[in-house]
Amino acid sequence: MAEKIITVKDLVKKYGELEAVKGISFDVEQGEVFGFLGPNGAGKTTTINVLCTLLSPSSGNAVLDGHDVTRDRDLVRESIGLVFQDPSLDDRLTARENLEFHAYAYRVPKDERDERIREVLEMVELLDREKDHVKTFSGGMKRRLEIARGLLHYPKVLFLDEPTIGLDPQTRNHIWEYIRELKKRHDITIFLTTHYMDEAENCDRIAVIDYGKIIALDTPESLKNQVGGDVVKIRTDDDKRAEVVLREDYEVEIIDERDCLCFEVESGENFIPGFIKDFPVTINAINLHRPTLDDVFLKLTGREIRPEGADELEAMRAFARGFRNKQR
Amino acid sequence: MEETEVLSGAGVVKEKLARLAVGTYIVWLRDLKNFWRDTMRRIGAIVQPLIYLFLLGTGLEAAFQVFGGGDTEYVTFMYPGIVAMTVLFTSMFSAISIIWDREFGFLKEMMVAPMPRSSLALGKVLGGATTALLQGIILLVLMPLVGIPYTLEKIFLMLLVMIVISLGLTSMGVLIASRMRSFEGFPIVMNFILLPMFFLSGAMFPLQDLPGWMDVLTKVNPMTYGVDALRGAALKGIEITSTSALQIPPDLMAKLTEAGVQMPQTPMLQNQVYPLWMSLVIVTGFGLLMLFLAVWRFSRQE
Repeated sequence: MAEKIITVKDLVKKYGELEAVKGISFDVEQGEVFGFLGPNGAGKTTTINVLCTLLSPSSGNAVLDGHDVTRDRDLVRESIGLVFQDPSLDDRLTARENLEFHAYAYRVPKDERDERIREVLEMVELLDREKDHVKTFSGGMKRRLEIARGLLHYPKVLFLDEPTIGLDPQTRNHIWEYIRELKKRHDITIFLTTHYMDEAENCDRIAVIDYGKIIALDTPESLKNQVGGDVVKIRTDDDKRAEVVLREDYEVEIIDERDCLCFEVESGENFIPGFIKDFPVTINAINLHRPTLDDVFLKLTGREIRPEGADELEAMRAFARGFRNKQR
Repeated sequence: MEETEVLSGAGVVKEKLARLAVGTYIVWLRDLKNFWRDTMRRIGAIVQPLIYLFLLGTGLEAAFQVFGGGDTEYVTFMYPGIVAMTVLFTSMFSAISIIWDREFGFLKEMMVAPMPRSSLALGKVLGGATTALLQGIILLVLMPLVGIPYTLEKIFLMLLVMIVISLGLTSMGVLIASRMRSFEGFPIVMNFILLPMFFLSGAMFPLQDLPGWMDVLTKVNPMTYGVDALRGAALKGIEITSTSALQIPPDLMAKLTEAGVQMPQTPMLQNQVYPLWMSLVIVTGFGLLMLFLAVWRFSRQE
């Protein structure tokens, strides 16, 4: 078992009456990519802000690299790098100047400063733009520069709060390449939050958080296994006969039989080739559905994580329906 | 595993001070860089006081009967006031840019850096005061243009007063800005704090024979003492005089001037109402109080 770099115990954060984080406990291991997955407003950013010493917890405690986040703030701050959800670069300065200020602030030794700035800029492929003002950068470039800045003082833990929010899919993939590269090259722990299910798959372990509570914590694989195996969906010439064969010869349970036959198998991709060859009834269509984290979240909460804005749209539709009903 | 954990008590204090110094330096340096980079601000810094001094000063000259036939021009009287105004406005604007930093997240990056919050306030105060002082120095160079010759004593005294008031005013600005979350509150600050402080300071007109209520307001205004000290320093040895006390009708006056008659002139205004030490004490006290409150507000912020 690897060393624990973050230990959180019964953490509670209240804003007045509102309890944003309702007593969560978890550990993060040295060198892993740990994801916080949950809808907007679940308490992800609040938790990060407590771990980064920007907020004091209402109760409970958190220890990062051996330092208490409320007592040894400066020591915690030195061991972490941070990429905020909202951009926090100085637009009017150049990329290099932004990094220089960061190097001063974290007291990177003078003789290492230039070398490290070069190193991180190279990593995020911005070395040729170092003298340009940040205001001329695209959203993706800014985010990359922020990641570079977060790494400049060789932190033990890098926090990424929604690192790909507002970026196009291509840039998102790019950012993820950096994150994986980072993990490979440096012995750094990455703590990130996201509400994108597909991104959470990239994590070593995920904590699913909802309404300020952790409702599940495991590897993406095990979380998905909790939901169940792969679902195979087929349509045949004779569904009645097929059903009987499936029950008796294959010993599977039919989940759904309204317009097609659905059944669960352990490993879909290994099952299908032999199944198609041997099945006595002609198969017209076949479909394999592997559980996703969406299914996990749905099973755990009974809701789906919606992308931002969808709730609003839903509210507007409801309003429109009500309006129409009234007119009638 | 960390050296810092085995440091003695004195070492911890030294460490804290080092962090404070580094933080203050960064925030200060960034403010200056941003000021320098902004060409419009740089040009504005030079042009704005000139506009006030020469356009407003020359225009108002005609309106002020007091200075009518005197040897002293209104711009000479107004010059220390313009210096004070420039310092006041620049200090406040620089301090209020902290809202900008908050809006665009730079403040957050600084807040999570391993340095005390107080260094943010200190750096911002020093940054604002430095830009204000730079503008003040531009005006100081122009002194002979308004009829005041350079002397070492004048320059030294004026610099001293400028430093003290710019520090105090920037601290006040930082204190106000720390309570503001957006620029929407800015006109309120402008109308209810900045302009009254300026108008009630004696920068534009002498604070003599004012109605009682206004007299009280000018006396509680810390700027009054700053302007008074600046005027005392700048106009040392220059008397603001006038012939209007003789009540000579203008047409007769014109004839007399034509005939080359030298009219006796009487001193009309005191250059300095309060003793210099008193003004300095008040302005310094105000500055320290504001600085203390600004630093305190910042170190308590989440």
